[in-house]
Amino acid sequence: MSFWEYANPRKFMATSAMLLPWVATLAALCLITGLIWGFFFTPDDFRQGSTVKIIYLHVPAALMAINAWLMMLVTSLIWVIRRHHVSALAAKAAAPVGMVFTLIALFTGAVWGQPMWGTWWEWDPRLTSFLILFLFYLGYMALWEAIENPDSAADLTSVLCLVGSVFAIISRYALVFWNQGLHQGATLSLDAEQNISDVFWYPLLVCIAGFVLLFVALVLYRTQTEIRVRRLKALIAQERMA
Amino acid sequence: MIGLFKRDLALAVRAGGGFGLGLAFFLIVTVLVPFGVGPNTGILSTIAPGILWLGALLACLLSLDRVFQLDWEDGSLDLLATSPLPLENVAAVKALAHWVTTGLPLVVAAPILGVLLNLPGPGYGWLMASLALGTPALSAIGTFGAALTVGLKRGGLLLSLLVLPLYVPTLIFGALVVTRGAAGLDATTPLALLAGITLATIATLPFAAAAALRVNLR
Repeated sequence: MSFWEYANPRKFMATSAMLLPWVATLAALCLITGLIWGFFFTPDDFRQGSTVKIIYLHVPAALMAINAWLMMLVTSLIWVIRRHHVSALAAKAAAPVGMVFTLIALFTGAVWGQPMWGTWWEWDPRLTSFLILFLFYLGYMALWEAIENPDSAADLTSVLCLVGSVFAIISRYALVFWNQGLHQGATLSLDAEQNISDVFWYPLLVCIAGFVLLFVALVLYRTQTEIRVRRLKALIAQERMA
Repeated sequence: MIGLFKRDLALAVRAGGGFGLGLAFFLIVTVLVPFGVGPNTGILSTIAPGILWLGALLACLLSLDRVFQLDWEDGSLDLLATSPLPLENVAAVKALAHWVTTGLPLVVAAPILGVLLNLPGPGYGWLMASLALGTPALSAIGTFGAALTVGLKRGGLLLSLLVLPLYVPTLIFGALVVTRGAAGLDATTPLALLAGITLATIATLPFAAAAALRVNLR
């Protein structure tokens, strides 16, 4: 029993088909509970009023936007090193999901920033680096679409993902150098005694769990689709040969 | 290696090679800016560093799809790949040739265009220094992007989508050097960071470009 047996598409399909309903249901439950709890059963903030409640969408989406790229980096590395097709397809499947999470984070940030900062958009390092991350997702997906041979596409996008990760990190620090930020610093950390008041913290945790599960469910589902597409293409090719 | 370098230079300089095209593009972009923002010299001199760097960046981008495309079409890239010269060296030489034919003329021409945009006096030295140190990074990154998209029919637009986000750190530090220099401040810190980015890209990206070329030639 090794982790690598999931590199076998058949094994992956069986296990993911078993997991998917559970993960999806849990994600829906967490999101419904977390969002309703957060939106309707938490007090308004002393200064920010009810706009504070956007954190239940903003923070988990931003968190997963970065982690989706991280997951693509890991799966790309696995593809480059061990050449498991499922891994490359998982990276392909995760990209649009990560892009949408980036958009959600940017959009909710703008909606919150309008009443709070008095502007929809500010050239702040954090905001700008998310915009650049969004462009990276676009370029990555465009490269997948542009190349016909699936193996070359997987190889080239993996190389792009590796190089892009390094440049994304450099850009992040270059932007700090470039402009002082308006965005607040990190509030949540794992080793702090209490990050924010518990009334906000517990629903936020549920929402973060919901977004993580949603991401896992979507990636599993999209990877299954990609594998089916690949199988279908193989079948069509066989028909033609026969 | 030297032979390849000379060949690339000759191809670029002779008729139809597109040498000078980047330079002309740089000139036109700079001339068009005052039409867009108005002839107010105060505004022009504040935005001059950014415009000059942006123009240089776009001029570099313009000539990138030629780096491997022609060699790929007529098969000389296959010959280069089977030659004893490692593909990493080929990528490095291609980047160097691209820089000599596009980056270097930009460095020389930038001060003249700086006059057109009313760049403040202390900025000229910093402008040339930052372009001289920064444009090699543009060439190295661009060569990597060109290697990624060499096999594609319409790679040009995709190339810019892939390469421009990678240009962000170089652009930030490069423009920052000139902005601070033009304001009479000390700009050695961003200049050192810019040089760091350039050295790192020159050292590592030929390997990534060669990996991408191998996939495309498979």
